[in-house]
Amino acid sequence: MLPILIPFLMAILSIINWGNRVLHRFLALAGSVGLLFAALALLTTVNEQGILSSNIGDWPAPFGIVLVADLPAAIMILMAAIVGLAVLVYATASMDKGRERFGYYPLILLLLMGMCGAFLTGDLFNLYVWFEIMLIASFALLALGGSRAQLEGSVKYFALNLLVSAFMLTGIGLLYGMTGSLNLAALAQTLRAAGPEQPVTTVAIFFMIAFGIKAAMFPLYFWLPASYHTPPVAVSAIFAGLLTKVGVFALIRVFTLLFVQDTAWTHGLLLAGAALTMLSGVLGAMAFDDIRRIFAFHIISQIAYMVLGLALFVPMALAGTIFYMVHHILVIVSLFLVSGLIARAGGSYFKAQLGGLYGTRPLLALLFLVPALSLSGVPPLSGFWAKLTLLRVTLAQELWLVAAIALLVGLLTLFSMVRIWLSAFWGPPGPAAASVTPMRAGERRALYGSTLALVTLTLALSLFAGPAFELAERASEQLLDPAGYIAAVLGEGS
Amino acid sequence: MEVALAIVIGALYAAGLYMMLRRSMVKLIAGLVLLGYASNLLIFVVSRLTRARPPLVPEGAQGIAEPFADPVPQALILTAIVIGFGLQAFALVLVRRAYQAVNNDDLDQVTASDRPDLQQ
Repeated sequence: MLPILIPFLMAILSIINWGNRVLHRFLALAGSVGLLFAALALLTTVNEQGILSSNIGDWPAPFGIVLVADLPAAIMILMAAIVGLAVLVYATASMDKGRERFGYYPLILLLLMGMCGAFLTGDLFNLYVWFEIMLIASFALLALGGSRAQLEGSVKYFALNLLVSAFMLTGIGLLYGMTGSLNLAALAQTLRAAGPEQPVTTVAIFFMIAFGIKAAMFPLYFWLPASYHTPPVAVSAIFAGLLTKVGVFALIRVFTLLFVQDTAWTHGLLLAGAALTMLSGVLGAMAFDDIRRIFAFHIISQIAYMVLGLALFVPMALAGTIFYMVHHILVIVSLFLVSGLIARAGGSYFKAQLGGLYGTRPLLALLFLVPALSLSGVPPLSGFWAKLTLLRVTLAQELWLVAAIALLVGLLTLFSMVRIWLSAFWGPPGPAAASVTPMRAGERRALYGSTLALVTLTLALSLFAGPAFELAERASEQLLDPAGYIAAVLGEGS
Repeated sequence: MEVALAIVIGALYAAGLYMMLRRSMVKLIAGLVLLGYASNLLIFVVSRLTRARPPLVPEGAQGIAEPFADPVPQALILTAIVIGFGLQAFALVLVRRAYQAVNNDDLDQVTASDRPDLQQ
């Protein structure tokens, strides 16, 4: 309960005190620190006691709404809390006054609340409601500022997400009509008992399209590179790190718990989608000069690795997926924050305008290099362990083509990162460097501090990949064994 | 009745999708609104239509006699309508602002955030 209540309370307090920027900052930071502690407490409790379930309003499941905390959900909430805190610290130094006054902080808090709700909920319609809460917060964040590019990006993002809502509602309606329940655990039971005459797979495709658009899978990803680079970095970083992951998480949830009747077809489709997503994402990244847009395309190709793990559908692969999610959230958020730092230090987001940053900002170069290499999977960084696991399962299942694509995409990612390195950090200073103003000490502390913290976490994840992977393995066992989930929600013996 | 509603829902889905394929921004929003209505009606119909049988326990009785109307989908639809209303209000404001910024209702002109050669 706490992960939802803390951000909600802080957001309400901020809205009551509308216009008070200093108080907003304080409340947002307090809220995200509180969320971090709540998330840590939740993770340790779930790790020791197994899956927790809470009936809202004391209506017994499956009639009331339940919140269920299993290991994957607890891990994701912890990641959301970490990223939320880092981005908010970064925002205190980089956000402009207008956006701060028009509610940037409460919106971020509401976004975090929606995410925690989506991770925790054990009810399909409730999931839809949390998605909408997240959506409306993200719409406002995306459009806040109102430049032409932002508005255009928002229209595309908005249209596709409303389409997602319609698809999801259709799927939910059909599912309710078939089973008479929307509780995930109860659905898992009835759908497993459902005969072949029930159109379960048709409904599954509705959900695959809805969550696939959310997660930016091929061929449904075009909204992402059109919108993610338009808002300020402190907004796009949190979008990049968390929003698409909620889509992936929802995919994982329904395609391990509910739709496992016809895995050859549904998971085969996911596999093909994953391979094509990887390829198109990384090739898209080649075409652009704007660093933020390059990273946006890399989100797409990296999302595909997580979907690949789900599509392979064995415990090892799912553990790889969870590890990959943790790794990718840390890495991509650091990269977006670094892109903001590059723009601050070099004067531009465009590669051609930059240069020579290695000479003037060696720390920044290091901060870029670690997540960039980790993203492309260079050993011994965390991305290497994540990719290695998924590749080994792919090879064990003798999917040679998919494995070849995954390797090629890793190489192309490295190539793309090296290109940024070459043009932004080497060579003479770029033409945009003249417009740079020196940073104040407080600004420097907040910007570098938050980025450094995330990069340190990436390094820690690389060094302690063993224990982290064990946790991910236990999480994947919980995902693949729905009996535990059902027992926790509906009570023993059901 | 169910057959008639099924046809209406199908028509709404078709109309919504057709509107979304048009190039105008306003028609895009109208299409999305229609799609939302279609899925709301769909939820309504899948719970079977039962007329004049509210799910209330009569005084003195122990339970409800079958058949009775299922209250859950109606609660779901109510929630979905409220959420949809909020989103549509936001959509209209957004489209208006975008129209002011682009000076055009044609979606083919909304390319400032897509083309690699355009710098903002």
